[in-house]
Amino acid sequence: MSFNQLNKFMGDLLPFLPDSLLFIMSGIFMAAGICTTLIGIGSVYTWFERRVLAKFQSRIGPNRWGPFGLLQPIADAVKLMLKEDIIPRTADKLVFIAAPIIFLATTLMVYSFIPLGEDSQLGGGNVALLFVLGITSINALTVFMAGWASKNKYAILGSIRAVAMLISYEVPMAVSLMGVVMMSESLSLVGITKSQSTIPYILIQPLGAMTFMIAAIAEMSRAPFDMVESESELIGGYITEYAGMKFAAFQLSEFLAPIFTSAFFTVLFLGGDSGFSFIPGIFWFSIKTFIVTCILLWFRSTWPRLRIDQIMGFAWKVLMPAAILNTLLIGLEIVFIGENYLLQIIINFLAASLFIYFIANVLGQKRLVLEKPVPSELANMDANR
Amino acid sequence: MSINNELVTVNFGPQHPSMHGVFRMRVTLDGESIVDIEPVFGYLHRGTEKLAEERTYVQIVTLTDRLDYVASMSNNLAYVSAVEKLCDIEVPKRASYIRVIVAELQRIASHLMATGFLLQDLGAFGTPLMYCFREREKILDMFETLCGARITLSYMRPGGVFQDTPDEFWGQLDSFMGTISDQISELESLITGNEIVLSRTRNIGILKPEEVINGSLSGPMLRASRVKWDLRKANPYEVYDELDFDIPIGATGDTFDRYLIRVKEMRESIKIINQCVSLIKPGPVRNEDVPLVIRAPENEAYAAVEGPKGELGFYLVSDGGISPYRCKIRAPSFMNLSLLREMAIGTKVGDLIVNFGSIDIVLGEVDR
Repeated sequence: MSFNQLNKFMGDLLPFLPDSLLFIMSGIFMAAGICTTLIGIGSVYTWFERRVLAKFQSRIGPNRWGPFGLLQPIADAVKLMLKEDIIPRTADKLVFIAAPIIFLATTLMVYSFIPLGEDSQLGGGNVALLFVLGITSINALTVFMAGWASKNKYAILGSIRAVAMLISYEVPMAVSLMGVVMMSESLSLVGITKSQSTIPYILIQPLGAMTFMIAAIAEMSRAPFDMVESESELIGGYITEYAGMKFAAFQLSEFLAPIFTSAFFTVLFLGGDSGFSFIPGIFWFSIKTFIVTCILLWFRSTWPRLRIDQIMGFAWKVLMPAAILNTLLIGLEIVFIGENYLLQIIINFLAASLFIYFIANVLGQKRLVLEKPVPSELANMDANR
Repeated sequence: MSINNELVTVNFGPQHPSMHGVFRMRVTLDGESIVDIEPVFGYLHRGTEKLAEERTYVQIVTLTDRLDYVASMSNNLAYVSAVEKLCDIEVPKRASYIRVIVAELQRIASHLMATGFLLQDLGAFGTPLMYCFREREKILDMFETLCGARITLSYMRPGGVFQDTPDEFWGQLDSFMGTISDQISELESLITGNEIVLSRTRNIGILKPEEVINGSLSGPMLRASRVKWDLRKANPYEVYDELDFDIPIGATGDTFDRYLIRVKEMRESIKIINQCVSLIKPGPVRNEDVPLVIRAPENEAYAAVEGPKGELGFYLVSDGGISPYRCKIRAPSFMNLSLLREMAIGTKVGDLIVNFGSIDIVLGEVDR
């Protein structure tokens, strides 16, 4: 049900109320609905992620509580709710409490922009894309709030890393979306979806899609960019001092982030709800989002973490040029080629491959050639014989 | 405007996800760079050496299990070798072969664990670790068949081993040897060529040959730094002089080499086990002349074996009684830690964890 439908329904139900009050009421109902659904989705996703990760790692995963362990999220939630809510004595109380709330609120907020269909109210807004980018960048601020307010050395180190990394990756992420905006000539997510009805942008702009994907993984601070928490180095980074429901709020928004990123990627590069018309759009949307989520999980389970200087170098030396190159190419193509998609695909794929090849050769690790080891003269037991 | 930098002192450990046990590093950081590091240990000190002075020679075997608890077999082997040297005890041939087989299995298990935890420290979310543990589990199952225990084995006795191998053991060993090569290749395909692993480990924590020799390092740490030294060849014990195997050495001595050496050593261990299985013959597995309570002559003896982590030695002094007068343990984990400071200073926090992981220590052995 879209917002307009809800508003009309409320008007029919309570005709004696003024329009402005009805508008606000339907807004509140809608928001409550979105939040409840999302928290539900987030909980189920925690189960899904743990099960799939377990499969990747050739172990079983949660399977005790309910069929296939499906009730595990409930058990987790109950456990976290019953935990003692600890606030360190030296912590800055107000900021310490505010950080998880803002973190969760911003994560939930961006979801309302995802257009599941053409009549999306906020997704159809003419600056929806900018708004989403703006809200997601509050992320860095909240992480820093949490880290600084905890007054814990690990937390501060984690939050310093977070600010450096999240701000750096915001830039290539935003620039990589320029191509999409230029081609669709729209900042509204519905408009972007509509303009992909013939061909999804991932085919036309492989470089842009890749840059966005990588930058978005970094924005979520998941492996291989999980520098912010980096469990094996900083224990938990900014969430070190959090317990109980505050911790749960952080965890929930962290588990909601990959779903949002997948949905956002689907809208921007995979054509949102467009597909063969005999299946409803919402199914197309869900399937695409699901596939992207699985790919993100695959990344997470496979790769080790980069070091902080390597991460920063990667953002500015690789992703930034890639994003700018993508913008430049798309701009030139729009002016000189127009709507010849096949030619664009060929040019862009060629450019993307050349760019990756070039960057990999200049900045990447040299191909592993194992030198023949020379035994040291100092203690060679073969020489003693 | 001037920026005031302040050094931060952070504790890594004793309770920290990346510490292998209860090790503690007091690290002084300048932002992300390490200025100083001070290792603090002793949290797991149980006085093994002192306890050994009031146990009989056979009872001490159980103490050695608890030193390097991921490689109990090697500890057992090192200790019983020392006792046998002290009292001039003959070991039957079959027992020697069994000892070599289980010691090499233990080496594979220990190296798998080292590799898995190194990758965990690198930030790989559990996948390589679980792959390693899956294989290690099979080895532990075999040990369970052999002696009923999985970790604290106490399988060896002065003069042989505790009992002959059950028939199921050889079946298990066969099926394990059939798959382990492929499993190691699978693990390598996940790690060795990985761009992120290479960029995190190559040319990080380089140790020069002079440094490692001066630091008295041993085992994979030593060999990764181009020093070809392995007690199995340099000073053969048990039946190693009858077997054909190579001593892999590293090219540069960085963290990646230390990982690679362990993988290569696992392959060499497979070779050794295969040879032993074909050479082993039926016979007694325990010297029946050895009494339960050994009364060693007034003497002293040092025996060392090439454990998974390096030269593991036991120095026993006897005053003629039923328990040693002094039992000194040369613990490779402890010695290998001596260069941690040299490796860490000037690097980033992430490198510190990886360098530390590549040393492969077990705190039971460091603190004893």
